[in-house]
Amino acid sequence: MISLNNIEKVYRTSSIETLALANINLHIKAGEFVSIMGPSGCGKSTLLNLMGLLDEPSRGTVEVGGQVVTQYRDKELARLRNQNIGFIFQSFHLINDLSVLDNVEIPLLYRKGDSTGPSRRKLAEEALERVGLSNRMKHFPNQLSGGQKQRVAIARAIVGRPSIILADEPTGNLDSAMGNEIMNILQGLNTDGATIVMVTHDETMAKKTHRLVRLFDGSMVGDSILMSNA
Amino acid sequence: MLTNYIKIAWKVLLRHPFYTFITLFGISLTLTVLMVLTSFIDHLVGSHYPEYKRERCLYLMQVRLEDSAKTSASQSDMSYSFIKRHLLPLKTPEKVAVVSQWAWSNAYVGNKRIKVKSKFSDATFWEVSDFTFLEGKPYNNQHINNADPVAVISEAFRTDYFGLDVDAVGKTIEVDNAFYRVIGVVKSVPVTRIFTSAEVYLPYTLPKSNYRKGEYFGGFNAIILARNQSDFPAIKEEYAASIRRIKFPFQEGPWLKAFYIESEPLPYLDMFNRQLLVGGDSRVFYTIIGLVMLLFMLIPAINLVNLNVGRSMERASEIGVRKAFGAPVGTLLGQFVIENIFITAIGGLIALGLSTTILLLINQSGLILHSDLTINLTVLAISVLICLVFGILSGVIPAWRMAKLPISQALKA
Ligand SMILES: Nc1ncnc2c1ncn2[C@@H]1O[C@H](COP(=O)(O)OP(=O)(O)O)[C@@H](O)[C@H]1O
Ligand SMILES: [Mg+2]
Repeated sequence: MISLNNIEKVYRTSSIETLALANINLHIKAGEFVSIMGPSGCGKSTLLNLMGLLDEPSRGTVEVGGQVVTQYRDKELARLRNQNIGFIFQSFHLINDLSVLDNVEIPLLYRKGDSTGPSRRKLAEEALERVGLSNRMKHFPNQLSGGQKQRVAIARAIVGRPSIILADEPTGNLDSAMGNEIMNILQGLNTDGATIVMVTHDETMAKKTHRLVRLFDGSMVGDSILMSNA
Repeated sequence: MLTNYIKIAWKVLLRHPFYTFITLFGISLTLTVLMVLTSFIDHLVGSHYPEYKRERCLYLMQVRLEDSAKTSASQSDMSYSFIKRHLLPLKTPEKVAVVSQWAWSNAYVGNKRIKVKSKFSDATFWEVSDFTFLEGKPYNNQHINNADPVAVISEAFRTDYFGLDVDAVGKTIEVDNAFYRVIGVVKSVPVTRIFTSAEVYLPYTLPKSNYRKGEYFGGFNAIILARNQSDFPAIKEEYAASIRRIKFPFQEGPWLKAFYIESEPLPYLDMFNRQLLVGGDSRVFYTIIGLVMLLFMLIPAINLVNLNVGRSMERASEIGVRKAFGAPVGTLLGQFVIENIFITAIGGLIALGLSTTILLLINQSGLILHSDLTINLTVLAISVLICLVFGILSGVIPAWRMAKLPISQALKA
């Protein structure tokens, strides 16, 4: 589903060069639930951004859904992201000026063709139902708890029915009860067929996934299948 | 999609009332000035009362005579005799009207002196224009041939002379020690329409018009009504042929021995441009106006650009999210420009209210005598265009900077 081949990522600013990732080879199969762990600043977000086509590698190739991404043209990448990938972030990144329903609709706005107003609305309502927030559709993000915000973010990530969900520390800002709730939803989505890659600091969360990749200082230092879950 | 954008634009406005106030204040003020200016230009050059046929008219105010070396020249309004020889016989126009420049005259009501502008004209003058007669009728060819002492007066003069809404037809007025019988009263014409604006209109055959004086130079102008604009070249050509037959040289006045004549009837705006810009045509006029307006917009636009750019980081998260979920740069650019146009449109609506009020005040103040400044359809259309240009001008640069923000960076904030 996702392949990273000989990836290297260097951040260049005017004065310094940071080697954020080096020599990464990682293949994620359809339907897998993979967790990525490692100390702060080791390159986890960078890795996830490359998988999500949010950033361009300095060297190496990225494959998404069997398609090698060679041309990093904005329009093409935007289309690939829109159709294949849903994102969940640690700090939710909901648009405070829009209602929950409007927030969830966003990915559909950038979809060509079948997206009429009512059909978007219906899909957004379904996605919110899926995360148990049917009764909060008219609310605004600042009227919600952290856990509810993250559930809205998940609804937004799944509303376009992408095959891949990338989550960067989705439970990082939540207490453990809310974190578990989010984790349950993600497991449910995975059961329904979504491929999920999740960055986490939390061993107990990671233990609930199929496969654990460990990063250290920009390199992969571990890749283990967690048989009990697979 | 659009409602999604507008919702956000609206919320962004409400989120920062002070910033919104400053922004809208700047936009409204700028647009108000531009709308008033537009209305003013339309008032000057548009086809308005009573010159509704202006689009079909060619105007000839003056002729220019030059000496043999073309070093000295003299330019003046025309004599009636010149018009009679070279303009009235033309076959290509539908009608040719003769009207004098206005002359200042005095009328007395009791001891009060009223200064009035008077014009002498032929009967055709009433046919190439569309005056509204409040009472009575214009003078006709019979009045002209008899040199009847009759007058058509303006509503404003009637009020001054006889009192508000008092009928005047059949009554006598005294202007510059001569008596005239009033036969018609017309709605007053704005002073900016120099071919038709006056308080007292008189037959040109009255002795005071001096219509017998002058071979070439005199005090008259001509309005040439074409059947349609496509006849303009033919009319110009026929007139040119007519003045080519003039026998040179001849003496005009004590100083000039004329060898050449220069004279061309022109559409209204071209005629003024010929005088003001020395040979410029209407395109030059509109280009200059356009540039002035653009320059005028530039400073408030740059101001708005600065404010927008300064606040763009506030929207970083939104930009990151939209991009991550599939918004191409172009679409985001569109969103931010539309938002800005939305803000400009609100400013435009405020400006529309302000301009309407200002124009009404100008009309009532008599600053421009009898002016009828309005926001008509033309002015409105141009105003909308101005708003759009302003919105795009001030929106594109910040929008471009926002839209180009790298996603990973946008999502970090
Ligand atoms: N946009 C950037 N510009 C420069 N350096 C960056 C940028 N993003 C990340 N880095 C650097 O790359 C390294 C990896 O960052 P990141 O992937 O965010 O780590 P993690 O998510 O594991 O905490 C860090 O040293 C970080 O400072
Ligand atoms: Mg990170």
